Amino acid sequence: MSGHIAVVGASLAGLRTAEQLRATGHTGPITVLGDEPHPPYNRPPLSKEILAAPGDHSAEQLHASVAFRRRALVDDVDFRLGRAVTAADLEQRRLTLSDGTELGFDGLVAATGLRPRRLPLPGPAVGRHVLRTLQDCVGLRGELRPEARVVVVGAGFVGCEVAATALRLGCRVSIVEPAGAPMNRVLGAELAQAVQRHHETAGIRFHTGRSVAGILGREQVSAVDLDDGTTLGADIVIEAVGSLPNTEWLAGNPGLDLGDGILCDNLLRAAGADRMVAVGDIARFPNPLFDALPRRVEHWSIPADTAKRAAATLTAQLAGREADPTPFTPVPSFWSDQLDLRFQSFGSPALADEVRLHEGDPDHLHGGVLATYHRRSEHVGTVAINLPPARQRELREAFTALAAAA
Amino acid sequence: MKVIVDLAKCQDHGQCAIAAPVVFQMDEEGKLVWDGNPDESQRFEAEEAADVCPVQAILIQD
Ligand SMILES: Cc1cc2nc3c(=O)[nH]c(=O)nc-3n(C[C@H](O)[C@H](O)[C@H](O)COP(=O)(O)OP(=O)(O)OC[C@H]3O[C@@H](n4cnc5c(N)ncnc54)[C@H](O)[C@@H]3O)c2cc1C
Ligand code: SF4
Repeated sequence: MSGHIAVVGASLAGLRTAEQLRATGHTGPITVLGDEPHPPYNRPPLSKEILAAPGDHSAEQLHASVAFRRRALVDDVDFRLGRAVTAADLEQRRLTLSDGTELGFDGLVAATGLRPRRLPLPGPAVGRHVLRTLQDCVGLRGELRPEARVVVVGAGFVGCEVAATALRLGCRVSIVEPAGAPMNRVLGAELAQAVQRHHETAGIRFHTGRSVAGILGREQVSAVDLDDGTTLGADIVIEAVGSLPNTEWLAGNPGLDLGDGILCDNLLRAAGADRMVAVGDIARFPNPLFDALPRRVEHWSIPADTAKRAAATLTAQLAGREADPTPFTPVPSFWSDQLDLRFQSFGSPALADEVRLHEGDPDHLHGGVLATYHRRSEHVGTVAINLPPARQRELREAFTALAAAA
Repeated sequence: MKVIVDLAKCQDHGQCAIAAPVVFQMDEEGKLVWDGNPDESQRFEAEEAADVCPVQAILIQD
């Protein structure tokens, strides 16, 4: 028996899973359902190249430059776009779509990713932005004019990237971050402070340890109030305060744990469900490389890695075979481009209790820095800033070695 | 098999050189060099490289 597989979510994780289902020998029909109108596209450029690209471009033109190539492997996969899945009945194996239609399935892949968290503050809608989708990017692009006053709320990686791009476009940019120096949680205090000094020298103003108390303006944003009484004039507010997993469509199915994304085992099988896997940003799974605690990982590398494994698991289940029990130990990795800095991370630096600086000078990040991250002295992460790409292999291999030992 | 890299997009991430070291290499200056007509035996690795390129700069034909 092969059966029909429904993939919910038509972005990187959904696309890679559809490809891998074919690659691992699933021959039955595959339907990929996505609520965005566009075929799967690459998100990282939305805060970088695409946000900065000069000229007027329609969403279609911009989409063409970030669309994932369509491999022959998925020629016969049915992509149904522009419609959300609003409910899933795992008992009856049936999905309900926003256009009212229903769709049965034998196997289910959850690939619905995240949406931006919003600040729970009233105020005008015009000038307030988040950045997750191409549509968000098109809306923001049009407003990032030279001299525009931009307040970015949240100094995580996406917030810092957007701030850097806005600065390059000639905007006057401030970042408000309650938790301290930018990307503190991942980089650790010393490097985070060094990055803040670097970005300040370039012209970004930081308000750390402060949070936003109010957003002012009638129809259009005019200012932002901070909790210490400071008022920052603003034409544009960009909320980059983290994300929420898109799991509402799965509500009402007893057994699932939707506490933070979808709880899975190490083979990406959703806990409490049969023949259902989760992939990408939404999957919360244990990685024996680090420990037994299930975590979600919001890195670009994870959709492809989880897709491979989840597809193999589901194909085996539908064929009535045992899923391959070999532990799944992907090496998380991500990059980030901010001004003249390229960050590269391997492993999970955020887990560390100690940072060791090996190369470079935090006061000259541009010249290259290498730091390793340790938990109870065990190596759990590596961060490189502006190191030559030729050295990536060696940095990555530190973790392949770990994986082999796990 | 033809391998094309859109150099206007390529940002020398070097992910391709990890996925398909025979086809893609980073030179001394950190710039990408690649084999535009690799042997068919490299197909799997080359497809993998195209998938992992963060800016999706790699195109593989026939
Ligand atoms: C601006 C930005 C910059 C980034 N930059 C980097 C970077 O430099 N490096 C890095 O490593 N990572 C980066 N990332 C993270 C990376 O893009 C994500 O990890 C990746 O997109 C996750 O893919 P996914 O398919 O799991 O989820 P998503 O891309 O979120 O896709 C989920 C899809 O499912 C759809 N969906 C949700 N609910 C439903 C429903 N009920 N029915 C139908 N469809 C639904 C959504 O609309 C979406 O299209 C960035 C992310 C953003 C937003
Ligand atoms: S992975 Fe992509 S961006 Fe990086 S060197 Fe290869 S082609 Fe260029």
